[in-house]
Amino acid sequence: MSHDAHAADSPHIVPLSVYLTIFALLMVFTVLTVWVALIDLGPYGWLHTPLALLIASVKATLVVLWFMHVKYGSRLVWVFVVAGLAWLALLVGITVGDYVGRTWEPDPHAWQASADGADFRQLG
Amino acid sequence: MSDRAATPKTASERPPTRRRRSRYEGDVPREHYLNVAYGLKSWLFTIDHKRIAILYLLSITAFFALGGLMAVFIRLELLTPAGDLMTSEIYNRVFTLHGVLMVFFFLIPSIPAVFGNFFLPMMVGAKDMAFPRLNLASWYIYSLGGVFTLAAIVAGGVDTGWTFYTPYSSTYSNSAVALTAIGVFINGFSSIFTGLNFIVTIHKMRAPGMTWMRLPLFVWANYAAALIMILGTPVVAMAIFLVAVERLFGVGIFDPALGGDPILYQHLFWFYSHPAVYIMILPSMGVMSEVIACFSRKRIFGYGFIAASSLAIATVGFLVWGHHMFVSGQSIYASMVFSVLTMLVAVPSAVKVFNWLATLWRGSISFETPMLYAFGFLGLFTVGGLTGLYLGTLATDVHLHDTYFIVAHFHYIMVGGAVMGYLAAVHFWWPKMTGRMYSEWWGRLSAGLLFIGFNLTFFPQFLMGYMGMPRRYHFYPEEWQVLNVLSTAGASILGLGYLIPIIYLTYSLRYGPIAGPNPWRATGLEWTTASPPPQHNFEQTPVVTEEPYDYSKPIVNDLPAPGAGAEPKPSPAAPRS
Amino acid sequence: MSQQHGPVTAAVMTGTMPDMPDHDGPLQHHFDDMAQQNESSALGMWLFLLTELMFFGGVMTAYAVYRYLFNAAFAEGASHLDVRLGTTNTIILIFSSLTMALAVRAAQMDKRKLLVGLLIATMLFGGAFLVIKGIEYAHKWEAGHVPGAYFHYEGPLANHVHLFFSFYFTMTGIHALHMVLGIGWMAWLVLRSARGDFGVGYYAPIEMTGLYWHFVDIVWIFLFPLLYLFGAGAAAGH
Ligand code: HEM
Ligand SMILES: [Cu+2]
Repeated sequence: MSHDAHAADSPHIVPLSVYLTIFALLMVFTVLTVWVALIDLGPYGWLHTPLALLIASVKATLVVLWFMHVKYGSRLVWVFVVAGLAWLALLVGITVGDYVGRTWEPDPHAWQASADGADFRQLG
Repeated sequence: MSDRAATPKTASERPPTRRRRSRYEGDVPREHYLNVAYGLKSWLFTIDHKRIAILYLLSITAFFALGGLMAVFIRLELLTPAGDLMTSEIYNRVFTLHGVLMVFFFLIPSIPAVFGNFFLPMMVGAKDMAFPRLNLASWYIYSLGGVFTLAAIVAGGVDTGWTFYTPYSSTYSNSAVALTAIGVFINGFSSIFTGLNFIVTIHKMRAPGMTWMRLPLFVWANYAAALIMILGTPVVAMAIFLVAVERLFGVGIFDPALGGDPILYQHLFWFYSHPAVYIMILPSMGVMSEVIACFSRKRIFGYGFIAASSLAIATVGFLVWGHHMFVSGQSIYASMVFSVLTMLVAVPSAVKVFNWLATLWRGSISFETPMLYAFGFLGLFTVGGLTGLYLGTLATDVHLHDTYFIVAHFHYIMVGGAVMGYLAAVHFWWPKMTGRMYSEWWGRLSAGLLFIGFNLTFFPQFLMGYMGMPRRYHFYPEEWQVLNVLSTAGASILGLGYLIPIIYLTYSLRYGPIAGPNPWRATGLEWTTASPPPQHNFEQTPVVTEEPYDYSKPIVNDLPAPGAGAEPKPSPAAPRS
Repeated sequence: MSQQHGPVTAAVMTGTMPDMPDHDGPLQHHFDDMAQQNESSALGMWLFLLTELMFFGGVMTAYAVYRYLFNAAFAEGASHLDVRLGTTNTIILIFSSLTMALAVRAAQMDKRKLLVGLLIATMLFGGAFLVIKGIEYAHKWEAGHVPGAYFHYEGPLANHVHLFFSFYFTMTGIHALHMVLGIGWMAWLVLRSARGDFGVGYYAPIEMTGLYWHFVDIVWIFLFPLLYLFGAGAAAGH
């Protein structure tokens, strides 16, 4: 059978210290994200959301790699995790892209010219 | 083909199935998956993938029949320009139900849940799916979704169309939208679980020697479809969930009155539902690769390209959903990008078609029933796919959108392509599943009827649509009556073509000649075991040493006697190589 | 959360937990060995989490679109959420993730009592999270911020704030439902662990539950800034 090299009969036991370190980091990042949200960034206020998402991504990465053992997992799991994130990015990215695109006005003069030249209602 | 004439087939070269009585009579294995246990409980609690496949076969046939009945009503109503058979309210419910049943309860599960379930583990040389209980659960979930949908009919039906567009579905419709939505939502999970099982089975359960490049193309196609099931279905589940929540609690997510955007629903819906059309067609394409190679007695041309194009379709298919929204108010820049990508997605489909044609080239083709369906698929799918390009072109779509041209386009693909592929699979694997041959004469007759009936039904719809007849109306100006009458006439022939197989296949269960292990002398692990297969598929775990589709060597319709180790009898119909 | 969805999703979840072996032995008949079985269930669970990701992804997409369209109104709505309770819940969930990770470790090392204790601790943290969530919901109810027919909001942009609360309740509701299912499932695992079903050779169900639980935690890691912190600056600034 096509097994990965990681035979699961001998479990990879992660040392306690690793779990505690990850836990501590998660706590630190939680405090950090609340702090960043509360301070006044002045003209850079728009940075609040990107920063919050960045910190959340770091926290999620810690959980995925260590608590969920992907760091020690097979390459196949890596591939599927990355594929899932890519697909989510497609869904969000393309959809939001439509809404951004709706605000881009076509060149009004070009628009005017074609509308003057041929009104589709008269063509019918 | 000139060299075909040079080597005429002698009577002895014909496959044994043409004879009234097979020489393999008596070869039915004493114990197989059908007779290891009897009684309702042995079926309802089975975790054997083969029995679950049969459960699915029966249920999707029932839903297909109900969906077909709705089609009868639609075509009857459209026989005359006036809306005289039913009211608009009823007509809306009829076509909605037709779409919901056919898409979600027949076509999406059809080939994966029946033939994928039955043959995928056998093709990779496994005893079962990776998660047999999850497999059974998926059938129960499917049935539960079906119950909700049927309950919605009793509760007055739904009139939104199979697409459940907001805000009509979420705010205005006075029909049982929530019940149907819940039914479709639940049903989605059966599809997810089937896909999940496929992927794990293909990754982890392959027999020794079954490398990726030795997998049958049917397996590749189902792998690609399973990826779509896993990545797409949850999004439509969420979309439909949000509609249901909005309806039940007045929580306005797509509600324009609160500033919500109904078109957002279309994004979420089509993110799944365009790829979903590939869930329907990819497994059919997998069947094509098996059938065309077998009845051309030739190694499939371009194995790697066909396998890779399945994955390409699954991937690129996720990037084109906006072509359903060209006239919805979507940004024209998004439309432009979606239009270009739509052109792109036609490429891998075309790659497959050309590879099948190259496989036929200089093969020794014979015209058994499955092959007739395969030819039907080739032509009809091509027409459907090419008309998709008209629709993907921004300017032409403004004219064609929501007309009968669309209806014809997707029926050419979903009925002409996917259902023809499904029927090819039924006829190809029926002997393996039941151990019996069906009547070849009746099989060919109904394949012919279906092809004629199909074209007569749907070709006129291209013309009507081009002339501007909108879809989803039950009355129309008189100048379109001739075309509509033709279409209804075709639908009657089509209906007959669906009824006949039900009769002769059922008849074959008892009276059909014994098929033997490999009546088509096909390659593939599923043909190396008895028909019907034993409970655990193979007597011993098979070891694969050959490339797929090796039709250059003689293949026999016989299993060596257990333990005898005797030379297999050479087939009487050793193929020309 | 609608009542119709509860049992349905429950069936879904229990169905998805990798197939449990019969009690006459953890190795199922159709696998060759435990390694193959364990790899299969791990891959199966990851694929399931992928579908969960896309499921939440649907509503996240909708949220992203409206955030883009109605940024100010969403900040306004978010400022009505209680950052202290949200932060508390975030910390509670991180604790529960730690105990869950350690539970898997206990199973790997054959420490049955520790395993049972850690599973129960995880359930308690999860329960505490839900209680606090309930308190928050009750506050919103009193303030008239529950979307639907009774929604009540004085101030500008009331409609768009209404949308914000629709998202708040839908997203946290689905998340909470996932937690309820996880806790219920864990109760069953506690019984089985106490019975001694798991140990060095066989702990896949604990590990799979862990994956699920961590995933639910990750969803919250994103919901917290997206829903709560977003309005915090606005609330502090004004
Ligand atoms: C391969 C299998 C395919 C299936 C099963 C399929 C099915 C469908 C369905 C069901 C619809 C109508 C949905 C509705 O409005 O209710 C549709 C529309 C459409 N299809 Fe296909 N299609 C397939 C392939 C293609 C291809 C290859 C293309 C283009 C290259 C294409 C282009 C389109 C376009 C542009 C529309 C939207 C037209 C409009 O609504 O104005 N399709 N298709
Ligand atoms: Cu499409």
